[in-house]
Amino acid sequence: MQTTATSAFPTRNTVIPFGPQHPVLPEPLQLRLVLEDERVVEALPAIGYCHRGLEKIAEKKDFIQNVYLVERICGICSFMHSLTYCQGIEELMKVDVPSRAKHLRVVWAELHRMHSHLLFLGLVSDAFGFENLFMQLWRVREHILEIMEKTAGARIMLSVCSIGGVRRDLDDGQMAEVLRVLDRVEHELEEILPTLMNDYSVRQRLCGVGLLSPDKAHDLGAVGPTARASGIPMDHRQTGYAAYGDLGGVTPVTETAGDCYARIMIRVRELHQSAEFVRKAIQKIPAGPIAVPVKGNPDGEVLVRMEQPRGELIFYIKGNGTRNLERFRARTPTFANLPALLHMLPGCQLADVPVIILSIDPCISCTER
Amino acid sequence: MFTLIGNIVRCLFRKPVTRLYPVEVKPAVAGCRGQLHIRIEECIFCGACQRRCPANAITVGKQPKSWTLDPYRCIVCGYCVEVCPKKCLVMRPEHFKP
Amino acid sequence: MLTNVQEITPDRLVGEVALIKGQGCRFVTVTCTDLGEAHDLIYHFDDQGELRHLRLKLPHGATLPSLSGVWFAAVIIENEIQDLFGITVTGMAIDYKGRFLLAESSPKAPFNKLGGIAVDVRVRPPAATEAAAPGGAH
Ligand code: SF4
Ligand code: SF4
Repeated sequence: MQTTATSAFPTRNTVIPFGPQHPVLPEPLQLRLVLEDERVVEALPAIGYCHRGLEKIAEKKDFIQNVYLVERICGICSFMHSLTYCQGIEELMKVDVPSRAKHLRVVWAELHRMHSHLLFLGLVSDAFGFENLFMQLWRVREHILEIMEKTAGARIMLSVCSIGGVRRDLDDGQMAEVLRVLDRVEHELEEILPTLMNDYSVRQRLCGVGLLSPDKAHDLGAVGPTARASGIPMDHRQTGYAAYGDLGGVTPVTETAGDCYARIMIRVRELHQSAEFVRKAIQKIPAGPIAVPVKGNPDGEVLVRMEQPRGELIFYIKGNGTRNLERFRARTPTFANLPALLHMLPGCQLADVPVIILSIDPCISCTER
Repeated sequence: MFTLIGNIVRCLFRKPVTRLYPVEVKPAVAGCRGQLHIRIEECIFCGACQRRCPANAITVGKQPKSWTLDPYRCIVCGYCVEVCPKKCLVMRPEHFKP
Repeated sequence: MLTNVQEITPDRLVGEVALIKGQGCRFVTVTCTDLGEAHDLIYHFDDQGELRHLRLKLPHGATLPSLSGVWFAAVIIENEIQDLFGITVTGMAIDYKGRFLLAESSPKAPFNKLGGIAVDVRVRPPAATEAAAPGGAH
């Protein structure tokens, strides 16, 4: 900690390096907070603690191996990354994915969204000091991880999406089990979520903290739940990729307050929305093949967008007609939400900083790739 | 205010949801990708798995014939299992013991 | 495929972006690709769900004007490009001077297509077998 009392600052300002190791921040993000007493006046981010150069490795591997590589951009929403990548390559190579594969993709994508949101809700409860909720929510999350292990073969790194379809099929028994697990999860959440939504102390910690107005959210390029909590109805599932178009479309969940509480409510409500999507996808799943063979090499460039649990995920893929890609670039949602975070922090209390940072659900590993 | 009371009471009386790990091990889930295994007598040492492995975990030697897996590089993706022409690679559901 | 692409020169960039901002677009991101003798920069904007792109060819060694005066959100990606591609971006609101992602001891401009960083399967002579499979030095 360093205290400056130069003439540039009329009052005594303190600079606190917040992170990269911090008890409530599981991500290697450092924020240099300039404080005036307990009030934050400025925040400067410093990242680069886990830059892995994944985009560069993607140019060295062939485009099929990259499916497993891009999946490892993020350790929470891995399936979303492989899905986006596969959709990009499929668009480049004009592959028509069978309808059954598209529905299965929705099932796994929405299960991933649910487990990611539960993880987030748990972490944020931990950040505002409600350890019990954290454990309860993660206990519920475990059911989803287990069903993913049973259906896809791994708890997080599903490796189940491939170019041209999916690698595993679900039989009727497994689908019935997915539905059973969803019912169980929703039943258990019924007991826990009212506390998260209505508890006096929770509201005291979250309401009115970290305000982001709709104009600012748009201006700073916020995406996903951060933007939706400020009333911007932006959800890329509306474009109907995978089977979302066949499942009756998506109405974005929005809140208007733009504070931490609204951002958490978005996730709570999206949990139910996602469960509904899994049910619909399983109900409407057509019979048929789960993958088509893919021949040739990708050529040309494409930009794919998808809604990941944290917001809009963008992959730019440029092929050159060989097995290697010319350029692969990922813009993850946290990257887009960082400017919004820097805007939320000034003016808040030091004690609220962890909650505000967590409310955008930061994933620094995917930000740096 | 007391919305979690029912939950707390129930938690008091039921058995823990966590396992006492080294004593009680989670049973392997059928179909899970746990570790890679080879039936070496069927392998023709073609090297297909080595070329396709995204993590460079497999080394196949032609002279003398050898097949080695670096289990700490392997990301258990199962791609090699798909490409092996002899189908002599299998994914077992048990994970490596630490 | 990339549609709705508009070619642009570096001196017209900031003015054009200010126009785009006036039309109510959202700043999405910038993609940089090394083409060997020049950098190919694509600026992506979201116009009510539709993507628009501005494409810029920047010869090696040239400097890039920053957008952060118009759009603060651009500052993070511009710092990243400055680090990873060695492009000097002028006039950034926050300038990390090449220390945003990289440290003092890191390779310089690692994302440029230069030899020496990682093993590039494409530059290997065809005689070499696949035995030394591609691997990242990261
Ligand atoms: S692909 Fe199969 S047969 Fe060929 S070397 Fe590997 S394990 Fe052996
Ligand atoms: S499972 Fe994947 S990472 Fe492991 S050896 Fe096979 S191809 Fe390589």
